[in-house]
Amino acid sequence: MSLEDLKEELSKVVDPRNIRSRDYERDGFSVEIEAKAKEVVALAQAAREADCFLESITAADFTEGVQILYQFNSFSSVARTLVRVQLARNESVPTISTIYDAAMWYEREVFDLYGIQFDNHPDLRRILLPEDADFHPLLKDFGKVHAFRSTEEIYGE
Amino acid sequence: MPLATETMVLNMGPHHPSTHGVLRFILRTDGELIHMCRPDIGYLHRGLEKIAEQVPYAHFMPYTDRLDYLAAMNCNLGYAITIERAAEIEVPPRAEYIRVLVAELNRIISHLISVGTFAMDMGAVTPFTHTLREREWVNDLFEELCGARLTYNYIRFGGVAFDLPEGFLDRLSRFLDYFEPRLEQYNRFISKNKIFKERLVGVAVISPEEALDYRLVGPNLRASGIDWDLRRDEPYSVYGDLAFDVPVGVSEIGELGDCYSRYWIRILEMEQSVRILRQCMEKMPEGPYWNRSKKKLKVEPGEFYVRTEAPRGELGFYLISKGGIKPHRLKIMTGSFSAMSIVEKVGSGLMVADLVALIASLDVVAPEVDR
Repeated sequence: MSLEDLKEELSKVVDPRNIRSRDYERDGFSVEIEAKAKEVVALAQAAREADCFLESITAADFTEGVQILYQFNSFSSVARTLVRVQLARNESVPTISTIYDAAMWYEREVFDLYGIQFDNHPDLRRILLPEDADFHPLLKDFGKVHAFRSTEEIYGE
Repeated sequence: MPLATETMVLNMGPHHPSTHGVLRFILRTDGELIHMCRPDIGYLHRGLEKIAEQVPYAHFMPYTDRLDYLAAMNCNLGYAITIERAAEIEVPPRAEYIRVLVAELNRIISHLISVGTFAMDMGAVTPFTHTLREREWVNDLFEELCGARLTYNYIRFGGVAFDLPEGFLDRLSRFLDYFEPRLEQYNRFISKNKIFKERLVGVAVISPEEALDYRLVGPNLRASGIDWDLRRDEPYSVYGDLAFDVPVGVSEIGELGDCYSRYWIRILEMEQSVRILRQCMEKMPEGPYWNRSKKKLKVEPGEFYVRTEAPRGELGFYLISKGGIKPHRLKIMTGSFSAMSIVEKVGSGLMVADLVALIASLDVVAPEVDR
């Protein structure tokens, strides 16, 4: 399946205006899609039918809230797809572990490090941190390490 | 009258010689048979991704050594290429060849450990001492090169930290002349050993569909019959100029994707690495080894994803930069993490002793799982 076919498949489930091309040679993605949380399952299903596999699920904390970043790829064409889902604070996102088995652990990792709830995930427990941890370390408001801050920055002038 | 059977919960690890680091498995067993296998990871979680957000780009390089301590050069290389692509740094040709040279040398010793511990887990202790003997030689070479034997911190943005010392290539070629016949010897001792084969053939088969579904990478993926190697299919550095084959699993001995294929792939890969090393030595150009910049390294805002082929498969660095001297987010995608997740599926239904074979054949390194 070519890149254009893939884009067409995916535009059936998301607004085509939210699909844009990127330079694969430069930054490693060929397609970027902005999606809403409720579209994720349909998107994953479409990607699966287009012969893509799930490469990773990760997240990043921005001031507006956490973004979930899904990455799909396929061996049959250059089609690295990034699906970006911007969540508001305390918003949850449906699981895609029913579609891709690999999502099971990736979603647990995002839950562990960012505290994002994945609805209907069969086994959403902490994975890297201890079970009784009461923080989500990759959120930007979690403790700053003093390793590379000047003393003025830490203690004031 | 039906016999009453009871299952037992058994803890394997966190300190168990076959778990290659600190890993724990919770098993529900019925006699020797595993009903449920649940890996429990995180014992070696050091928060590398959080640290990356706190320190300048160059300061994170030593941490990548600790990402996978058996293949520190490959982790250095992956990180360096990511930052070079993001900051548009040129690398001189000599540095590129030195990088490929050390990366392939590191691949050999990483696979040596994998093969040696695999044999040890299967009850053959001697091969491990043999593979360590060969590894020691390479460790000496690396020590000569950069002063460290395990965590090298050798590759820099725009080149490598030191040029090759005098006579290094001769000593390397002496090692290769010694090493190639040794591979034959391993085949005689282990690979073609009847007991070893009967122990592994047909055990813990991973089909190509399963491998893709769980996103196995690297040798594990190729052992399941999927022909994909980043060094050949999306060449980075100077891999495009070098000739080598990519071994893919075939079902000539046993089944496709069983423990034996995963073992055999690694032996074949070592042969190919020797081939690459010889070409690198031949083509090694003269010139500068480090395009060193005096300016403070800053990366423009943007997102970059770079993946390289480490001994344990694709190693991806996903960099989100908002500009400045530190990343906003650096996600590290490792092969061991997804390889561990498949244990939950494939592990159920095996015998306890075969679970050891499965873990050893996936070549999981605990610090890479936990990061």
